[in-house]
Amino acid sequence: MSGATHPMVRFHNLHKSYGRVEVLKGIDLEVAPGQVVALIGRSGSGKSTALRCVNGLERFQAGELHVCGHDLAAEKVDLRKLRQDVGIVFQSYNLFPHLTVEQNVTLAPRKVKGVGSAEARELAREVLAQVGLSDKVQSYPEELSGGQQQRVAIARSLAMHPRLMLFDEVTSALDPELTGEVLRAIERLASNGMTMMLVTHEMAFARSVADQVVFMHQGRVWETGPGDMLLDPQTAELRQFVGNGL
Amino acid sequence: MLGLTVQQIAYIFQGAGWTIVLSLLGFVGGTIFGLPLALARSARARWLRVISSGLVQFIQGVPLPVIMFVVYFGISIGGFEVPALVAAGLAMTLYAGAYLGEIWKGCIQAVPKTQWEAAECLALTKPQRFVHVILPQALRIAIPPTVGFLVQIVKNTSYAVVINFFDLTYSAKVINNSTFKPFTVFTIAALIYFAICFPMSVMARRFERKLHRN
Ligand SMILES: Nc1ncnc2c1ncn2[C@@H]1O[C@H](COP(=O)(O)OP(=O)(O)OP(=O)(O)O)[C@@H](O)[C@H]1O
Ligand SMILES: [Mg+2]
Repeated sequence: MSGATHPMVRFHNLHKSYGRVEVLKGIDLEVAPGQVVALIGRSGSGKSTALRCVNGLERFQAGELHVCGHDLAAEKVDLRKLRQDVGIVFQSYNLFPHLTVEQNVTLAPRKVKGVGSAEARELAREVLAQVGLSDKVQSYPEELSGGQQQRVAIARSLAMHPRLMLFDEVTSALDPELTGEVLRAIERLASNGMTMMLVTHEMAFARSVADQVVFMHQGRVWETGPGDMLLDPQTAELRQFVGNGL
Repeated sequence: MLGLTVQQIAYIFQGAGWTIVLSLLGFVGGTIFGLPLALARSARARWLRVISSGLVQFIQGVPLPVIMFVVYFGISIGGFEVPALVAAGLAMTLYAGAYLGEIWKGCIQAVPKTQWEAAECLALTKPQRFVHVILPQALRIAIPPTVGFLVQIVKNTSYAVVINFFDLTYSAKVINNSTFKPFTVFTIAALIYFAICFPMSVMARRFERKLHRN
């Protein structure tokens, strides 16, 4: 990616602590528009925390973070504006169990953006088609498999037409045979030019889909590079990490 | 019939009618009082939680007949003559509100935190998160214990007899005083209470089972 375009996400020396424990110890990271960045690393290395900072779920103590033109270090951040630009999907799908798939997907567009009901239905059709679930519009979440639920969660985020998508280990709760369908949906999004940051333990997937892989270790960006860096680690820590991963 | 005149039996049933009226007052009043109490109990602001929990603790720590007395005589000290129905209704409101508030607080908190977070991440405002995401789920959880508590409300309206409120217990007592057939009279009263409460218990259990199936 060229440096000429404005980055969509820019961390600069970001520090974040929970109480006295410093979890992020000076993160520097840029995500260009259209880029796919995969965050990998050991449990507890700060991947989720970094991701949650990007959409304002966590505040940080020092440093800078700019996301889609929002300055998250500012005294007052309009989090609702930020979240219209940034979608997030979690390991636990967190669908709304009392609503149908269509209602799950259209709730936020209707309430936040005032989209009318006919238009909302069209929108649901469009985003559910993107994740290959056009036939599940009227189902309730409990009637779907884990993989289907996770794809609905992705569609629900997409319905807000975000500029940036965040994925936090979205396949970790799934059986291996359901993982593929979710990964394929993400791949399709990537090839359509969506900017995304994803935390994953699927090394092969990280290598194939990511423009940039970020290896986090002990709250720092330890090593970063294109997907193929996983084949030729420069640090002992990454070598050890992929040694039991790839 | 059973050694009682039709008029006497009709009189007992008349009392039952007022038992139902007082129960409804207790439930409606308890809802109006209990819902904000449930919200205050699960609010983020500390002072709201402290005040509301103090209130709940206090009401739950006082026997219902004593609440009846306090409300009834408390109002008359203020120089107001109020019918026993108003005093009993107010006392039932306090009592039911304190318990319903606790029940509903539990139901709101039983909705996973991740549901709040998911709604927040979709840019919904706080009231929108509560109304469209949390409340519908909490309501479903709340139906069985709420219907179950209705039974408690109906039974406990009988304490209004201490302030001479004319309900089923009171009318049975009056008929007993004039017929001296306590076993017959109070058995009839018991059967009427049971006939009101039993369908509600069945309903509560049915809701519960339905909820578990989903
Ligand atoms: N709410 C919290 N309060 C206190 N400490 C926390 C909190 N959330 C995370 N931490 C700590 O911060 C560190 C980083 O956690 P984080 O969840 O970002 O790691 P991760 O890289 O996502 O790990 P995993 O692969 O297990 O998801 C961990 O040591 C964790 O214990
Ligand atoms: Mg994590």
